[in-house]
Amino acid sequence: MSELAIDREIDRSKMQVSDEIAIEITNMNKWYGAFHVLRDINLTVNQGERIVIAGPSGSGKSTLIRCLNALEEHQQGKIVVDGTELSNDLKNIDKIRSEVGMVFQHFNLFPHLTILENCTLAPIWVRKTPRKEAEETAMHFLEKVKIPEQANKYPGQLSGGQQQRVAIARSLCMRPRIMLFDEPTSALDPEMIKEVLDTMIELAEEGMTMLCVTHEMGFARQVANRVIFMDAGQIVEQNEPEEFFNNPQSERTKLFLSQILGH
Amino acid sequence: MSDIGFVRTEMLPEREPPASTVGALGWARANLFSNWFNSILTLASLYAIYAILAAILPWVFSPTWNGASLNNCREILTAAGSVGDHGTSGACWGVIRERWIQLLFGFYPSELYWRPVLAFILLGVALAPVLFSDNVPSKMLIFSALYPFIFPWLLWGGTIWGPIAALAGFVLGWVVYSAVSKTMSSLMGIVLGAVAALVWWLLLSSYFTGALNSILPIGIEVVESRKFGGFMLSITIGVVAIACSLPLGIVLALGRQSDLMIVKYICVGFIEFIRGVPLITLLFVASTLLNIFMPPGTNFDIILRVLIMVTLFAAAYMAEVIRGGLAALPRGQYEGADSLGLNYWQAQRLVIMPQALKISIPGIVSTFIGVFKDTTLVSIIGLLDPLGLSNAIRADANWNGVVWELYGFIALLFFIFCFGMSRYSMYLERKLHTGHR
Ligand SMILES: Nc1ncnc2c1ncn2[C@@H]1O[C@H](COP(=O)(O)OP(=O)(O)O)[C@@H](O)[C@H]1O
Ligand SMILES: [Mg+2]
Repeated sequence: MSELAIDREIDRSKMQVSDEIAIEITNMNKWYGAFHVLRDINLTVNQGERIVIAGPSGSGKSTLIRCLNALEEHQQGKIVVDGTELSNDLKNIDKIRSEVGMVFQHFNLFPHLTILENCTLAPIWVRKTPRKEAEETAMHFLEKVKIPEQANKYPGQLSGGQQQRVAIARSLCMRPRIMLFDEPTSALDPEMIKEVLDTMIELAEEGMTMLCVTHEMGFARQVANRVIFMDAGQIVEQNEPEEFFNNPQSERTKLFLSQILGH
Repeated sequence: MSDIGFVRTEMLPEREPPASTVGALGWARANLFSNWFNSILTLASLYAIYAILAAILPWVFSPTWNGASLNNCREILTAAGSVGDHGTSGACWGVIRERWIQLLFGFYPSELYWRPVLAFILLGVALAPVLFSDNVPSKMLIFSALYPFIFPWLLWGGTIWGPIAALAGFVLGWVVYSAVSKTMSSLMGIVLGAVAALVWWLLLSSYFTGALNSILPIGIEVVESRKFGGFMLSITIGVVAIACSLPLGIVLALGRQSDLMIVKYICVGFIEFIRGVPLITLLFVASTLLNIFMPPGTNFDIILRVLIMVTLFAAAYMAEVIRGGLAALPRGQYEGADSLGLNYWQAQRLVIMPQALKISIPGIVSTFIGVFKDTTLVSIIGLLDPLGLSNAIRADANWNGVVWELYGFIALLFFIFCFGMSRYSMYLERKLHTGHR
């Protein structure tokens, strides 16, 4: 895969990592049946961090970030998100889910609702925001992702890149403190990848805490403050992007980088 | 420069299509006479249509509207000269003129016909905001919610306090539910609310009704179930079964997917049992066996028993149709809803069910149509639906031997209803279509 050039200056003034801990994972293990998919994961993420998770297919990247909002259940260890521990208590799970936004590879927009309704659904029903206020917020974020004029269309009428930007806006309408991205550009045609990455860069510039599973190494280099490399359900290596790309330590990382960067 | 280089300097204008591809002539040429084989098929079909119509139309347009009996019809036909090889040829419409009102209302007292008529007109009013939500103000839904209490009262009559007591049961259940679910869990609320409502309906409401009726006796004349019949009966059974089976089917389909083992197996067991038994068996159970289990002296209305059985039967099929719709939804829809923090019921109601039901519309409407036609089976347990009545009519010496006219009339009415439902489902599918996914 070649690297997509990011051709604009990135404003780093608000990209600050605070001391406040956003996510803390300690000794976390997960199995699918007998298959040990995540092994002894330890990870601390501070507010304001932009983390890119890379690794070969099937290494457990999706599973890891899906554990963070309890789309998957972990069997051992402790996950604390924004001060709330993930347990079987449904109240905690719903609280965390409303604080943590998630963007999927296949957008997962609701095809029977208009773009505006997609964006107002959760604020109205989960946050109990009055409809009018929710619509104003939704329009605000749709403008931010640069598609306010599509508000009354249905997802099926939009291009892939537009749908993914709506999905980002839909998450933002819940005013999340943390955003999770699971390969947000993998299902897109090349010319649409850039518009989605641009939206993500803008989010980073505003200081959002982000965990992104992505193969866009340009994004990792320029935006991330930390790159995590996973293989076979384990965190193999993590480092600042410069170090990670220029001076990988483990053999697995070197192999992966040579494959993905094509040299 | 090579000589294959070419640059267009001027774009070509659009031209009219050739006459042979547009208009009626173009259509006929393309569809009916595109080659010699199709032309032969077309001519053969035209001849077949002609032959069928030539045989049927004279039979249909026979001047027997005023015939007073089958013999009288034959005399009229003989007088008119339409006598074929096998005696007179022509329909005997006198039977429909004399009995159509009975085919519609059964033995319902004729001075009270306005009640079922009003009930069905109000049914239309109550359905309008549900069926055509775009064009009818949604405030009308309040009437739709009250209609289930008005409908049986208009048909069966009796004191006004009956339906009010039934309504009060729902109000009571709701009050208990909201009080309990605030202080305890919502599951406790549902259970206690249901218990309170059941206690009210089964134990207390009859005292309430009796007491208020002795103070303020407002009511309309009672009509017994055995006087019900004809299309009124078919529509009553059909509408109630259709209206109740859809929500019951949704609950069963969700229950079948539940993580709770008990709930899941109860639902699977129910669905598989009901689907494994013919409807006619259930109806026999309703008409005869149920009496054996009832304490002697209890009077459990036969139509009510049939309604329950037909509803359960339809709900089992409905559950499977809806399960198909649920299975067709990608997992991403559940995850999208979950990741936004919607809880289970919100996700089901706002995201999953609207899509699953939309996918299932053709299957749901097929089930509706099937249920409506299956109501004719009640004639076997002695209820006088149109088919039951047609037997009764033929038992009359005047009309002994009339078959086609009666069945034709009944078939026509059924066809109108079923075709209407089928067209409505197509309208609904078009309306809910929001572009490809
Ligand atoms: N629901 C599941 N049941 C069983 N195995 C699964 C399930 N989901 C993922 N896996 C397996 O877990 C491993 C990690 O999957 P995933 O987290 O999706 O990998 P990645 O996102 O890194 O490509 C893969 O081997 C995959 O086959
Ligand atoms: Mg993945």
